Amino acid sequence: MTKEMIKITNLHKSFGNLHVLRGVNLTIAEQEVLVIIGPSGCGKSTLLRCMNFLEEPTGGTVAIDGVVLKNDSSINDVRKEVGMVFQRFNLFPHMTVLENLMLAPMKVRGVKKEEAEATAKKYLEKVGMADKAGAYPEQLSGGQQQRVAIARALCMKPKVMLFDEPTSALDPEMINEVLDVMKTLAHEGMTMIVVTHEMGFAREVGDRVIFLYEGNILEEGTPDDIFFHAKEERTKSFLSKIL
Amino acid sequence: MDLNFDLIASSFPLLLAGAAITVEITALSVGFGLLIGCMVGIARLCNVKALRYLANIYVDFIRGTPLLVQIFLVYFALPGITGSRVDPFFAAISACSINSGAYIAEIFRAGIQSIDPGQMEAGRSLGMTWAQTMRYIIMPQAFKRIIPPLGNEFIAMLKDSSLVSVIGFEELTRRGQLIIARTYASFEIWMCVALIYLVMVFMVARFVAVLERKFETK
Repeated sequence: MTKEMIKITNLHKSFGNLHVLRGVNLTIAEQEVLVIIGPSGCGKSTLLRCMNFLEEPTGGTVAIDGVVLKNDSSINDVRKEVGMVFQRFNLFPHMTVLENLMLAPMKVRGVKKEEAEATAKKYLEKVGMADKAGAYPEQLSGGQQQRVAIARALCMKPKVMLFDEPTSALDPEMINEVLDVMKTLAHEGMTMIVVTHEMGFAREVGDRVIFLYEGNILEEGTPDDIFFHAKEERTKSFLSKIL
Repeated sequence: MDLNFDLIASSFPLLLAGAAITVEITALSVGFGLLIGCMVGIARLCNVKALRYLANIYVDFIRGTPLLVQIFLVYFALPGITGSRVDPFFAAISACSINSGAYIAEIFRAGIQSIDPGQMEAGRSLGMTWAQTMRYIIMPQAFKRIIPPLGNEFIAMLKDSSLVSVIGFEELTRRGQLIIARTYASFEIWMCVALIYLVMVFMVARFVAVLERKFETK
C-alpha cells in the first residue's frame, strides 16, 4: 500500500451556529490527485482550508505526513510542506513576480538569495512565465497570475498542493493554461487536493472524486464512477446542473 | 485702519523663528507618534488579549480627552507625582507625541485592515509567521494607503501644537502673544501668525500630494 500523506479523522468545523463540516473522514495517499466537488456552501473550501489550518477545526484531527496539526508555532513547519493556490491568486502586489517567488524560501527555509532566484526561475520556466519575472502582478492576466501563484507555492518544494477553485475567477479562455500546469504537476506525482468543477481535469488526472454534501462525504469513487454512474440522487442532480 | 508695516517687518523674523520651533515640535511629535502608533495599531489587531486591551484603553483615553488637558496633565500634574519640575520642551513633545500616537494607531489599524485578508492567508500558507507576513507583506502595502491620512495628522498636529503656548513654550503662537503684549498690535500680528500657519499647511499638503503620487506610480 502507498504511504498516507493526509489523514483526516472525524473533522468538525462550525462558524458560530453554522455547522459546516460534520465529521469528515478522509485519507489521501502520496501522489494521489483528489478532486472535491459539491454545491456551494457544502464545506469544500472549508475542508481544504482545514488541511493547512487556515481554518482551525472545531473537532477532529488533520495529519499531514504523520504530523498532527496544532494551532501553535509548529503549524509553520507543516505549512512549509503544504502549498496552497487560491481562487483569487493572492499574489503580493507590491513585489515583482520573481520577488513573490523568492520571499518565502528565503524567509522561511533560509535559502540563500542566489539559490532562491535560481529555483524561482526554474519554476517560472515550468509554468511558462519566465519572460515575466520582472513584471508586477497587476500587469498580468488572471491566468498568468494564477500560474505565478502555483510557481510561488512550488518554490517551497511542498509535499502536498491544495487548490481552492483555482480556475473559478478566470475568464474561460485562460482556464486551460492553468489546468495544463496542474496536469503536468499531477503527472509528475505531486499529491494534490483540488476543489474544482472542471470535469475534464478531474477525468484526465483525478484518481478519486469526492462529492461533499452538507458537511460530509456523500459519495466517492473514480471520476467515471462519480460523473457517469453516480448512485446518490443528490450527486446526480448536482452534476446535471454543472455538466 | 492703518496697518503698522514697520512693526510687521520687524516682528516677522521673530515669528519665523517661532514657526521653525512649531515645525520642530510637530515633526518630533509625529515622528514619535509614528513609532507609538505603529506598535499600538498592530497591538489592536494582534491576538494577545492583554495587549489588545491596553492598546484600546490608550487610544480611548487619548481620543476621549482634549489635547490641552493632556498638556496640563504632563506639565502640571506629573510633577505632583515625580516631585520635580517638567521642562516645557519635554512636556510639549511628550504630550503631543502621546496624543498623535493614538490617532496614528487608528490610521495604522485602518490601513492594515484595508488590505485583503487573502494576503495574510497567502503569507501564512507559505509557512511565514504572523510577524513575518506583517512585516514583508501587509505593512508595505498598508503604508502606501496611510500616507494621505498621515499627512492630515501632520497638518492637524502643526496647528494643534499652538496649544503648547499655554505652558509658556515659545512656538509660533506664543511668540505672537509676546509681541502683542509688548506692542498691542493684535491685528497685524495675528494676521501674520495665521498667514505663516497657512503657508506651512499648504506646503505640507503639497509635499504629501507629491509623496502620494510617487508611491502610486511605483
